[in-house]
Amino acid sequence: MYAFDFVRPATLDEAVAALGGEEAQALGGGQTLIPALKQRLAAPATLVSLTGLPELRGVCAADDGTLCVGGATTHAVVAAEAAAHYPALAALAGNIGDPAVRNRGTIGGSVANNDPSACYPAAALGSGATIRTNTRDIAADDYFQGMFTTALEPGEIITEIRFPVPEKAAYVKFEQPASRFALVGVFVAKYADGVRVAVTGASEEGVFRWTEAEAALSSDFGAGAVSGLSVEADMMIGDLHGSPEYRAHLVKVLTGRAVIAAG
Amino acid sequence: MPKDHGIGASSKRREDVRFLTGRGRYTDDINLPGQAHACFVRSQVAHGRLNGVNTADAAAMPGVIRIFTAADFEGVGGLPCGWQVTDRHGAPMQEPGHPVLATGKVRHVGDPIALVVAETYDQARDAAEAVVVDIEELEPVLDMKAALADGAPKVHDDLTSNLCYDWGFVEENREAVNKAFEAAHHVTTLDLVNQRLIPNAMEPRVAIGDYNFATDDSTLYTTSQNPHVIRLLMGAFVLGIPEHKLRVVAPDVGGGFGSKIFHYAEEAAVTFAARQLRRPVKWTCTRSESFITDAQGRDHVTKIELALDAEGHFQALRTETYANMGAYLSTFAPSIPTWLHGTLMAGNYKTPLIYVNVKAVFTNTVPVDAYRGAGRPEATFQLERVIDKAAREIGMDPVELRRKNFITQFPYATPVAVEYDTGDYNATMDKLLEIADVAGFEARLAESKARGKLRGLGVNCYIEACGIAPSHLVGQLGARAGLYESATVRVNATGGLVVMTGSHSHGQGHETTFAQVVADMIGLPENMVEIVHGDTANTPMGMGTYGSRSLAVGGSAMVKATNKIIAKARKIAAHLMEASPDDIELKDGRFTVAGTDKSVAWGDVTLAAYVPHNYPLEDLEPGLEETAFYDPNNFTYPAGAYACEVEVDPETGRVTVERFAAADDFGNVVNPMIVDGQVHGGIAQGIGQALLESAAYDEYGQLLTGSYMDYAMPRADDVPFYTVDHSCQTPCTHNPLGVKGCGEAGAIGSPPAVVNAVVDALQRAGHTGVTHIDMPLTPSRVWAAMQG
Repeated sequence: MYAFDFVRPATLDEAVAALGGEEAQALGGGQTLIPALKQRLAAPATLVSLTGLPELRGVCAADDGTLCVGGATTHAVVAAEAAAHYPALAALAGNIGDPAVRNRGTIGGSVANNDPSACYPAAALGSGATIRTNTRDIAADDYFQGMFTTALEPGEIITEIRFPVPEKAAYVKFEQPASRFALVGVFVAKYADGVRVAVTGASEEGVFRWTEAEAALSSDFGAGAVSGLSVEADMMIGDLHGSPEYRAHLVKVLTGRAVIAAG
Repeated sequence: MPKDHGIGASSKRREDVRFLTGRGRYTDDINLPGQAHACFVRSQVAHGRLNGVNTADAAAMPGVIRIFTAADFEGVGGLPCGWQVTDRHGAPMQEPGHPVLATGKVRHVGDPIALVVAETYDQARDAAEAVVVDIEELEPVLDMKAALADGAPKVHDDLTSNLCYDWGFVEENREAVNKAFEAAHHVTTLDLVNQRLIPNAMEPRVAIGDYNFATDDSTLYTTSQNPHVIRLLMGAFVLGIPEHKLRVVAPDVGGGFGSKIFHYAEEAAVTFAARQLRRPVKWTCTRSESFITDAQGRDHVTKIELALDAEGHFQALRTETYANMGAYLSTFAPSIPTWLHGTLMAGNYKTPLIYVNVKAVFTNTVPVDAYRGAGRPEATFQLERVIDKAAREIGMDPVELRRKNFITQFPYATPVAVEYDTGDYNATMDKLLEIADVAGFEARLAESKARGKLRGLGVNCYIEACGIAPSHLVGQLGARAGLYESATVRVNATGGLVVMTGSHSHGQGHETTFAQVVADMIGLPENMVEIVHGDTANTPMGMGTYGSRSLAVGGSAMVKATNKIIAKARKIAAHLMEASPDDIELKDGRFTVAGTDKSVAWGDVTLAAYVPHNYPLEDLEPGLEETAFYDPNNFTYPAGAYACEVEVDPETGRVTVERFAAADDFGNVVNPMIVDGQVHGGIAQGIGQALLESAAYDEYGQLLTGSYMDYAMPRADDVPFYTVDHSCQTPCTHNPLGVKGCGEAGAIGSPPAVVNAVVDALQRAGHTGVTHIDMPLTPSRVWAAMQG
């Protein structure tokens, strides 16, 4: 990697100030950024670690029934501490990467990066979560704007993600054989006012909602409800690991499986 | 009752204590005083004219000691190729130059252009980025068939084409084979790809050059499977350093799988740089670099045809293969698709007529060379796949079809120039059907079906030629080296033994197995025998480890040397006991005069050898140290039968290997536990090839699978628990231990078993149009096959 300065602020204000510097880059768990630095694909002047901010860490149930996860909370902590409140979210976190990844990687880092194959964006979009930053609240529907693209402004820090807890939910991931990221992952969540279906891994435009399936499942929450639907392959990713048609097919298969898993 | 020591015992691997506790000493663990660090500037394009290299800015950067370019290597030889193949018209192969640093053109992504030496690695890397390379990009040559078309761009401008050779084997049989096909009752044809693989040894390559100008001695520390071979190739052909002034050390090596056989440019570059700079120069390959510089494996495109009579007897076999050489000829590359591939096309079957055609092709890709199995997996895969397809076409059980054609009389001379000394293919098949519980398959199939899964069973045989190789034979076939092995047995005064071998262990467990053999011969505890390997300064000239040769060839040298030791020790014992050497018996480390209670211990004899007070000095030299070289009379022919059961998810195409059984005939077995482990590793590698691994290039010649994000290595949860058996033993007839070799069998025998099983699963589910799927059988490929 190239040389850089490293700061680990203790307060949010210090972090915001540090990120205002020239070529400063926020660092969560570093599971994407550190490999990029090692490959010399990124050259920030300053890395601003967000792991020293106590208010960004931890999982708690809010009075309004939402589950709040601090932006710098690791996947391992979410897997353990969200289990009682939001089992589908905990299970998703517990299946990201391997133990080393889960003990370093953070939810804020994942959602800020918005890798098209990451798991957390499916949970956030599928739950209709709110992305809370140091300056504002952003609805998940507005937040995810395409591959590696989000509504975050430069220097904006994700402090918390608030998940409305559904009646039922499940995430089913079909792993890309090499990276074991999601070749396709589908998050299905049933709320009193309807069902949300979010798909990761599949689309050239990043995580998306499969609204046709949401409508069908909202009136009949069973795997059969999606069996007659089909997904267009047009905007699907095609690569070594799967054609657009294959990914489109998996979206439907995995949605059915997620519905069954949700019970 | 299993033995607890010596030959046949599952002695614990003594080397694992240091490997598992972090006490191994790998090349990268070596740091020499005053050491400088190297980083290579490499081509980022697959094919281009190298118009200039400007090092001015880079040379001025902090810490930079010197930047070497091709101009500095004028007068230095190129990397030699160790095997010359003669084509079917009698002409030698086209053999392009292979400069240490790219000259005139760059020919693959990763081709080294310049060597930056600096005080630290980071400084060298910073400066390497600042070297300005002027490359005029040329159209890359990638597809092998397109590479041979008229007017195709050439990888090497000084060659007449991209064809390295067009090899026919046995050329004299060509017409007879063609006639047999014309007359055949049934012909089964299969087009297939044996995809390119990246070896991915756990330890990346490292090379450290060192030079003592006061004595003019050069030393290369390197990650090699054969330090003596590197010394000879680099000393004699590249740098012009006589062997007595060049030492090559390959200490603990973390896996090779063939990729560390070859002499690489980096080895010569750091040795050369160290001499120029009079400082040690160290280069450690990054993982990313290893993807684009370690010689890759396989990469064959094949059409195979099998002619059968009305009863299913094989009448003739014909193959046409395009074999990718990559951009340059790696050390043994030409031999892999020819002599290590064509000679195995008979398999376990008495096919009377065989013709193998191989066109080796240069492309703008990383060079291809031996990778675990080396030619034999390619032969086995196509043969065992076409037999399965033929069985389906003629409506015969695939096991039955194989049995009908098994070779049953030994020795057996195949129509492809080799003679199998022993084997019993029905015995290994019987054992396989038993341990795989093939009888229980239908019940498991029903159980899978109840869970909505498809299930398939794949069975196949394999044979390989190991114990490489008789020197006179390979010499006739174009090898530019002999393939004997060596051992020196040094007995110390107090009775302990040090065995110095030219074989090299990089995971195989030689230090344990070899000690078992020597200790057993004398009747001593294994811990009295130390195995030394990996340093040309203290081992006799040997050819190293590959081709499952170490026990069969290196072990035989050790047996010969130990027998010399025993013969001399017997004379000393006879003197001490005032008896005739002919009456001396050696048992459990004690010499006894036959029929008496007179005896002396091993230690008494060894002490006498070094303290020769009471010693027949007039007849016998003091000391107890012997060297032997062993050159085999023939290859060895391990063979066996493998069975794989898979489940296929009909909705996603995902294949899971549910059961895997291997019945191998390795001849005699020295350490059954180590043999189990070798087979386990080989099968994992074979399952990796069958389901996961593939080196893919895009249309620009960029490697798409340049990291573990896209190159899928098998992991623990990709493979099942294996059932392995090596109780069927037909000992090799021509080496003293009766051993055949076990290092590659698993990787050779397993890919067709997996593919046969998947095709079987799909056929059983009604996808009757699916007769083959090319590896790797990824979920998307299997799903696509099911879509028709």
